[in-house]
Amino acid sequence: MSISVDITHDFGGFQLRAAFEAGEGVTAIFGRSGSGKTTIINAVAGLLKPQAGRITVNGSPLFDSAARIDMPTHKRRVGYVFQDARLFPHLTVLQNLRYGARFHRRPTLPQDDIIQMLGLAPLLSRHPTALSGGEKQRVAIGRALLSAPDLLLMDEPLAALDTARKDEILPYLERLRDTAGLPILYVSHAMTEVARLANTLVLLENGAVRRAGPLADLLSDPDLAPLIGLRDTGAVLTARVTTHHPDGLTELACSGGALLLPRVQAAPGSPLRVRIHAHEIMLSLTAPTGISALNVLPVTVEQVRMGDGPGAIVRLRCGQEHLLARVTRRSATAMGLVPGLPCHAIVKSVSVAQGDVGALHSTA
Amino acid sequence: MTDWLTPAEWAAVALSLKVGLWAIACSLPLAIGTALILARGRFPGLQLLNGLVHLPLILPPVVTGYLLLLTFGRRAPVGAFLYDVLDITLAFRWTGAALAAAIMAFPLMVRAIRLAIESVDPRLEQAAGTLGASRLWVFLTITLPLIAPGIIAGAILGFAKAMGEFGATITFVSNIPGQTQTLPSAIYAFLQVPGGEASAMKLVLVSVALSMAALLASELLARRATRRRQA
Repeated sequence: MSISVDITHDFGGFQLRAAFEAGEGVTAIFGRSGSGKTTIINAVAGLLKPQAGRITVNGSPLFDSAARIDMPTHKRRVGYVFQDARLFPHLTVLQNLRYGARFHRRPTLPQDDIIQMLGLAPLLSRHPTALSGGEKQRVAIGRALLSAPDLLLMDEPLAALDTARKDEILPYLERLRDTAGLPILYVSHAMTEVARLANTLVLLENGAVRRAGPLADLLSDPDLAPLIGLRDTGAVLTARVTTHHPDGLTELACSGGALLLPRVQAAPGSPLRVRIHAHEIMLSLTAPTGISALNVLPVTVEQVRMGDGPGAIVRLRCGQEHLLARVTRRSATAMGLVPGLPCHAIVKSVSVAQGDVGALHSTA
Repeated sequence: MTDWLTPAEWAAVALSLKVGLWAIACSLPLAIGTALILARGRFPGLQLLNGLVHLPLILPPVVTGYLLLLTFGRRAPVGAFLYDVLDITLAFRWTGAALAAAIMAFPLMVRAIRLAIESVDPRLEQAAGTLGASRLWVFLTITLPLIAPGIIAGAILGFAKAMGEFGATITFVSNIPGQTQTLPSAIYAFLQVPGGEASAMKLVLVSVALSMAALLASELLARRATRRRQA
């Protein structure tokens, strides 16, 4: 399953030009408000007709301005999870879930599996008015999945929820990404969500695709830090749980060494994705001793990007993966940071928030 | 109950009920369609249509009745066609009273239904579309259930209006006891004869009771619909 988008649309003053491909798993469309994210997925769903371009799923066109193809929304087989859930108020949860089922012979996943995966069993007889925001969004996801879509579109599905509700839903989305086997276009301006969920990242700026590629590559590119936002800059590592220590720490193994983090709720052996903020990493030329930070990873400087202000972003090789560290230009100069220089990256355990650790599931 | 009203009075009440029911039953689908066009349509002439629909609300009823006579009378263009081809006579028949009542009640129904349609979130209909529902199916399964309280409220209000219609009815179909003498026509007739006040008063009470019941029912449904939307 793959989807290809290449569209242009002029809003009178604002031009959207978007071209990218997305395969299975989550393709996050990330950008500031007004960068055209929602326009793209509305065009994929057929809720908006772009002025020109082509949108194909597995090679067959949903929209092709040159060939005058514009398939109506209800024939496109796209599941759409809106920011505001949009459950039908006059139907129960079960009726909402089954709404799209009558139009298709067979759902991608059996109904019971989806109900179980999203934890919907206790809600089935309720009306949407009796649901919390998080529950509504879970029902909306289930409803979209049960319409047997070829791909799933999600427009900031967590934006309207508080942190607790977000944390409630993110694990469901991770499982969906790894087990449902369908492409998901995920629109968001929240890097925490994107870093946890995305396999592929499409970075949008002023209506144009600035970069598109594997998440880990883009998040470890110092040149993209200004676009992502300095406070949100940070690379992701894949790791595996090795030990839960009795003092509340969990030890992880990643390709660059061991990481000690506050308790991670995952069984030993589970694969994880860990995001480490660039501003939480300290660099040292020598192996430090007598410090409180528990994680000291041997790394090699790969690139130093001096910022316009006082800061610099340093790309570090850490085993098979990369980290980004944000330091001052003064330090970078004083330490003589140049590509090829070996040094040590120091990460405080407590600087990695629970929300920055996400589960990876084996594709079963 | 039957003893309370004389056969003549009963005939007027029964005829009014029959006229009101037929008027609403036949015009309701048309009212839903018109409300949809007015609420969702985007074309030049929309305001003209809106004005036309509301005209019976503004015009003196006697004018509406006379215009009906000019159009649907036995020798009038449409009336002649209906009589010659379909063997239908409207003028001076209860069917004509139903037509007059329907036309007078139409703006009230359209208004109520249009308000309900405008309060339906079009984003819900979009969502149904993404789930695979065609536009017709979206209308039947999402829009229609959501506007049902508005439709019912409009129908009740229209029914009350239809039952009480006087001016256009008496102009178009006259005031023939047992034929076209509806509740208001009967009250009017009783007031014209000496000693008819008692009968008139009974029918007035019936009329007030029916109107109040309709208003209350309509109000109740509207409130229920609002509650559901807000909850």
